[in-house]
Amino acid sequence: MYDGGKILIGLIIFILLCTFPFWYNLGSAAYEAPELQLPENEQECVQPTSWMRVNHMDLLDTWRDEVVRFDKSDYKSSTLDQKVEISLQNTCMDCHDNKEKFCDRCHNTASVNPYCWDCHVAPEEVGDGQ
Amino acid sequence: MDNNRRNFIKIAGITALLGIGTGVPFSVSAYRPEEDKYLENKKSINGKRFGMVIDTRKFQTEEDFERVIKACHDAHNVPENLPDPKQEIKWIWKDEFKHVFPSKPNPYLAEKVKHREFLLLCNHCNNPPCVRVCPTKATFQREDGIVAMDYHRCIGCRYCMAGCPFGSRSFNFMDPAPYVDVEAQNPDYPTRMRGVVEKCNFCVERLQEGKQPACVEASNGAIMFGDLADPESEIRKVLKENYTIRRKEELGTNPSVFYIV
Repeated sequence: MYDGGKILIGLIIFILLCTFPFWYNLGSAAYEAPELQLPENEQECVQPTSWMRVNHMDLLDTWRDEVVRFDKSDYKSSTLDQKVEISLQNTCMDCHDNKEKFCDRCHNTASVNPYCWDCHVAPEEVGDGQ
Repeated sequence: MDNNRRNFIKIAGITALLGIGTGVPFSVSAYRPEEDKYLENKKSINGKRFGMVIDTRKFQTEEDFERVIKACHDAHNVPENLPDPKQEIKWIWKDEFKHVFPSKPNPYLAEKVKHREFLLLCNHCNNPPCVRVCPTKATFQREDGIVAMDYHRCIGCRYCMAGCPFGSRSFNFMDPAPYVDVEAQNPDYPTRMRGVVEKCNFCVERLQEGKQPACVEASNGAIMFGDLADPESEIRKVLKENYTIRRKEELGTNPSVFYIV
């Protein structure tokens, strides 16, 4: 191998850079899943919990288009018997009535900033003039 | 290792299989919106082309207007009393004849009409120029003829405001939430954010629940709402019996709001 030494040094630097996030965080506290406040009166969401954890954002996106553009207002849930009105404010937040202890906990930990609440009114904000 | 064709094809084949093998489980478990099921909404009011008839003779006092305007603003969290009146948000408002019907100039107009005020709102045109110019399809015509807004997709370019000949669209120059009447705020309906355009939506959220639009309900029979495409509908009967005019018909937008004068 020509210039073997230089190539090896380059490779080592490259691998160190690529793995920077891993060794930089060595020793710091491990990730802990945030504790969420779940609705007390309800057992089932509109889909199984594990599914919702992965797909809720896509479901909300789909719901938005269906209800705003195609005038479909009743979703057929796979877990619940009754029909579900498509509404973030009136359906989701009816059960998950604490945005800070449900939505925000995960979103803050995962560092995502959805802009739902720029317009939609979260339950506890009603009457605050927000 | 010999670099020959046989080995190359072997390695390529194994790599392809590995790729497919890891990709397939992911795509199988992925969410496919097209498989979602929806139920028919039996409560909703349906139509082909919704329209409105406003009997301006029945709007006599200030109170008649205020009641209707307040019903709309409260139902949709429309901000009021913004610091700059030029930035006002208009869903339903009023003006006098010469401004409402500028294409029907008449120097000898009957006194009672000349000084009468007219209730104005989005005309939900059948040929809406705002929809044509919107670059993101944030505003669109629904199958029932209502010209609706998807605030999620509005980028605030204001082409629609330039396109609308009726001034029915307002731009949120600032965050509107602090100017929504706290007492009357409707917790079931969202507010808007800074940088989007908004307008009357013919109360699509109320039609979905089988209710008449808020202004119709508050008008004590001075406003009629219904399906213009249905010859048997109540609104067509009213149109048949009364002489009605529309705003700026000559522009060809085919407005769906009719005025009895």
